[in-house]
Amino acid sequence: MDPVAQVRKQSLADTKILTRAVTDSFRKLAPRTMVKNPVMFVVEVGAVLTTVQLGWNAFHHAGQISFGLQITLWLWFTVLFANFAEAMAEGRGKAQADTLRKSRAETQAHLQTCDNTIENVPSSKLRSGDIVVVAAGDFMPGDGEVIEGVASVDESAITGESAPVIRESGGDRSAVTGGTRVLSDEIKVRITSNPGETFLDRMIKLVEGASRQKTPNEIALNILLAGLTIIFLLAVATLQPFAIYSGAPQSIFVLVSLLVCLIPTTIGGLLSAIGIAGMDRMIQRNVMAMSGRAVEASGDVDVLLLDKTGTITLGNRAATQFFPAPGVEEHHLADAAQLSSLADETPEGRSIVVLAKERYNLRGRDLSSYAASFVPFSAQTRMSGVDLDGREVRKGALEAITRLCENRGHGIPAELQVCVRDISNAGGTPLLVAENGRVLGAIALTDIVKGGMKERFDHLRAMGIRTMMITGDNPLTAAAIARQAGVDDFLAEAKPEDKMTLIKREQAKGKLVAMTGDGTNDAPALAQADVGVAMNTGTQAAKEAGNMVDLDSNPTKLIEIVEIGKQLLITRGALTTFSVANDVAKYFAIIPAMFAGAFPQLNVLNVMRLATPQSAILSAVIFNALIIVVLIPLALRGVRYRPVGAAALLRRNLLIYGLGGVIAPFMGIKLIDALLTYLRFV
Amino acid sequence: MTANGWFQILLVLAVILAVTKPLGIFITRVFNREKTSLDPVLRPIEKLVYRLTGVDERHDMRWTEYTVAMLFFGGVSMALLYLIQRTQQWLPFNPQKMVNVPPALAFNTAVSFTTNTNWQNYSGESAMSYFTQMAGLAYHNFTSAATGIALALVIIRGLARKETDKLGNFWVDMTRCMLWVLLPLCLVGSLMLVSQGVVQNLKPYTTVALAESQTVQVTGADGKTSAQVVHQQVIAQGPVASQEVIKELGTNGGGFFGANSAHPFENPTPFSNFFEMVLIFAISSGLTYTLGRMTGSPRHGWAVWAAMVVLFLMGVTTAYWSEAKGNPMLAGVDQRASALQPGGNMEGKEVRFGIANSALFATMTSDTSCGAVNSQHDSFTPLGGMVPMINIMLGEVVFGGVGSGLYGVVVFVILAVFIAGLMVGRTPEYLGKKIECYDVKMAMLSILIMTFVILGFSAVSVVQPFGTSSISNSGPHGLSQVLYAYTSMVGNNGSAFGGLNGNTTWYNTSGAVAMLLGRFFMHIPILAIAGNLAKKKIAPASAGTFPVTGALFTVLLVSTILIVSALTFFPALSLGPILEHLLMSAGKSF
Repeated sequence: MDPVAQVRKQSLADTKILTRAVTDSFRKLAPRTMVKNPVMFVVEVGAVLTTVQLGWNAFHHAGQISFGLQITLWLWFTVLFANFAEAMAEGRGKAQADTLRKSRAETQAHLQTCDNTIENVPSSKLRSGDIVVVAAGDFMPGDGEVIEGVASVDESAITGESAPVIRESGGDRSAVTGGTRVLSDEIKVRITSNPGETFLDRMIKLVEGASRQKTPNEIALNILLAGLTIIFLLAVATLQPFAIYSGAPQSIFVLVSLLVCLIPTTIGGLLSAIGIAGMDRMIQRNVMAMSGRAVEASGDVDVLLLDKTGTITLGNRAATQFFPAPGVEEHHLADAAQLSSLADETPEGRSIVVLAKERYNLRGRDLSSYAASFVPFSAQTRMSGVDLDGREVRKGALEAITRLCENRGHGIPAELQVCVRDISNAGGTPLLVAENGRVLGAIALTDIVKGGMKERFDHLRAMGIRTMMITGDNPLTAAAIARQAGVDDFLAEAKPEDKMTLIKREQAKGKLVAMTGDGTNDAPALAQADVGVAMNTGTQAAKEAGNMVDLDSNPTKLIEIVEIGKQLLITRGALTTFSVANDVAKYFAIIPAMFAGAFPQLNVLNVMRLATPQSAILSAVIFNALIIVVLIPLALRGVRYRPVGAAALLRRNLLIYGLGGVIAPFMGIKLIDALLTYLRFV
Repeated sequence: MTANGWFQILLVLAVILAVTKPLGIFITRVFNREKTSLDPVLRPIEKLVYRLTGVDERHDMRWTEYTVAMLFFGGVSMALLYLIQRTQQWLPFNPQKMVNVPPALAFNTAVSFTTNTNWQNYSGESAMSYFTQMAGLAYHNFTSAATGIALALVIIRGLARKETDKLGNFWVDMTRCMLWVLLPLCLVGSLMLVSQGVVQNLKPYTTVALAESQTVQVTGADGKTSAQVVHQQVIAQGPVASQEVIKELGTNGGGFFGANSAHPFENPTPFSNFFEMVLIFAISSGLTYTLGRMTGSPRHGWAVWAAMVVLFLMGVTTAYWSEAKGNPMLAGVDQRASALQPGGNMEGKEVRFGIANSALFATMTSDTSCGAVNSQHDSFTPLGGMVPMINIMLGEVVFGGVGSGLYGVVVFVILAVFIAGLMVGRTPEYLGKKIECYDVKMAMLSILIMTFVILGFSAVSVVQPFGTSSISNSGPHGLSQVLYAYTSMVGNNGSAFGGLNGNTTWYNTSGAVAMLLGRFFMHIPILAIAGNLAKKKIAPASAGTFPVTGALFTVLLVSTILIVSALTFFPALSLGPILEHLLMSAGKSF
């Protein structure tokens, strides 16, 4: 298996990733790193405070050593666990980046100089605009555009897909990526990126998380968490004066414990891991999101624009049925249709040959043995066909064949005209076949809708996303396919600039639009869309305009992208809710423990019947630390998204993470307390 | 608790429900400048006001301009009230020859009335002239209420409008609120109160002979107490009805007399009591419908209303239950309700209102930022007394002050939507508006300010001698007194727990600061949110949109309000009323 693909499939429990994560969680203790996460920074400061107090107590024999030591240790663990979560999330990306770096190894490029001679230079010296020659066996020295020739290229270093792909000059398959390898032939490539800015460089930065910036929603959430932290800081700081007034002042250990338990450490510790893991899930599905913002936006998408061809339907139309004219044998029609298509290399032509073979066992004949002359399709006649043994077979669109027949004094039978209209209404394209100016019948070419599309669109509808099919077909055909595929709406007879208009119109209504594209003429629309997914096989322009690149070049990937985006947001919300809901139980553990000494009546609030004040406080702190570890897998995997509509989803998640968040710590803390007492730790 | 008591409580709620929609529609029309039946009379007056003041009624303000206008208006009004108090002995309508109010108290009172708090460190009948009451205090009852309502409308406009930075004109909003909403309701309402026996005159106080002479203990200048026989009583008079009605309708709560709505001239009969309670909730309840109507989602308005009702019922049930149960320390005393006695804890309550209507009034006055009282909250049982305190700590969002309740609840909606909204897999949206960094920052800021001021000032007060010297009871009850005082002032409620001597330099000054921060530092973030929301697009609703209607949303909103407030104040409460309750059950009182 290819090394990149291997890393991608790597399990999170891999020893190498684990070891690196453990080391990293210590390295991340540096205050300069910690301060970026205000919640965990407060925990670290608290841990430092209790450590100092512990030292003071030990030095002055002031007591509370065992309790203080355990509290201090668990506070440090809390910080370490949060760091570990982040390090784990980064782990797979870092391993992947190492592999990618190897593909970036220095290669020799054959630079074409101004006087048309070839000069060998290191690939790192290439600038945008340089022209290089790449022959079979060479690595592509940088990103570029094929300007001459055609070659098969192994792109597995980037895509993980080992089957070679064709890259040729002109058209939509001209883009090549640095680090890929030419397998056959020789091409001339114009380099389009400067050193350090290549796709591979960007990809390394991306998977490594080096260029990771907080997304807008993440920043907003961080503000909320920081605000809550300040509120709890106030509540705990003012509790000491109230406690002094009441004649029950508290130790540093207890106050710091209360503070750490109240501030949202669970989400604070897991927030960045959730974000990194979201990006990682994209990468696992071979999608390179150029910004976290785009991943977030994909969860918000209201409208999906999907090209019909290749996305909703299989690439090309195929002949599905013959309709003979009255008085004509179907066998005869099939034979003529096959003859007229034998030299037709278009996919439609080939599908006619195949259909005739399947239905009537008509073998493709080698026409070179006959005195056949082919009539290629031309824009004037709008027909193609063959002249053979005095048979003049033609096939073409309705108008073209009608003209041909009428010129010879024949008409099109009414039954056949009805039939032709029916084919159109059903979303197919009718082709008529005529022999010697007499019409034989019609062939129906139809779009084949990919399997499972209807279900996927139903899912999207349940998510509240409207799907819109874009096609160059006439409205009738478009409507039929739209109905068959189950899309909500369609844009027929669309020109490239219509996409742009459509996106702007939807955006003006306040909607977020996602689309895929590969051609250069898609580029403006890709840039305008809120989520623009460019196909890796597409042109450089398209890849630069979009904010994501799908390495598999699979247009239906958009649906998965939306799901990943939603999953990311749900995970964040679920853990925030859980974290805040947890506080209720912690109050019931710590508050009675703090004051039960001075006011035994307050033990009524000790609803969990925790053994001693010290065990209660310690249990709450331990629960608070362990819950981070317990939730790491959920944070990395993400909360499952169900396409059931917002109200149902909210009810479900509120029940699990809201109500569950209230109940779970009551049980957890009680359990830890029982264990601590049993083991005589307190 | 009796069936009769519950019937009276539910009757008030039913009347509130009935007035919500019509009032909400009327307020919408007034602020949208649509036609109303009062236009033929009021429109010419309105135009005249603008001509005299040079206000351009077509000018639409940005949030910053609106804020400046509001602060300017508040500042000037406050200075005016201070001046009136400081010069009242030379001003007319002073039959009792009241002297000028001392500076610290005058400042505290000026702040208190400007901020709609109406915390009173004085007794009206012994400190304020009729002129001060009418031109100073009643004036503020109107303007501070109108300011609150105007601000609520601004935040509603922020939600309803899109891609604009224009939020309305402060002067027009104030004028229309005054002319169309407050004055007509007060005209009718004051007559209603007069019909019940509330006085309305400018006469000097009346001295009457007592039917039966009383012996009282008097402390002389030398500190010795001596018995003195009293034959006469002075009965205070004044223009009470006109001030009483706006006191409730505008959720001001500053009583004409020191005894507030417990005084027979402010609140003489059970019917006047019922009427006053309806007035307290009316506008705030109506505004929830305005919210739904103006944003095109009436069901959202009702969902918010339902959340408020749930919180209201939780409070009133606890208070009524706790007061009706009576005092466990009076073992052997018959505290059951019967035909002859109301039963329960009657200390500090008026016999004509009884347990149910006292508990209900206390709940409603603290749910809203009203602060009028018809009983002594200080004399409630610990849990009964905790209800008003918690209600204020919730941020005065259970209907809340006129306007302030609505914009307060919108802050909680924003938080609820932001935290839980993510769980539907979209970045949070509220009625099609994306809730982003700036909105969260401002919402958190407004909650932080409240927490900071309440807990900060209370913490200082309970450990410093200048704070503790005013506390009249020891132990947890003393902590409750301080906590209640700052909670009430920051929440702009103004009701007093009683027992705490607030007329000291420390409490007058720190209280004034608390009231100012609680009012205007809340307003600025709220106006900023409104300004920011108005700029955004409105995303059309789909099956994937977070629902802000229905029972699920109501539950979510209630939980958010309870959890945020409980988490903030639980430690302090556990050392105050909760501990007191537990100690009382154990036979210890303070």
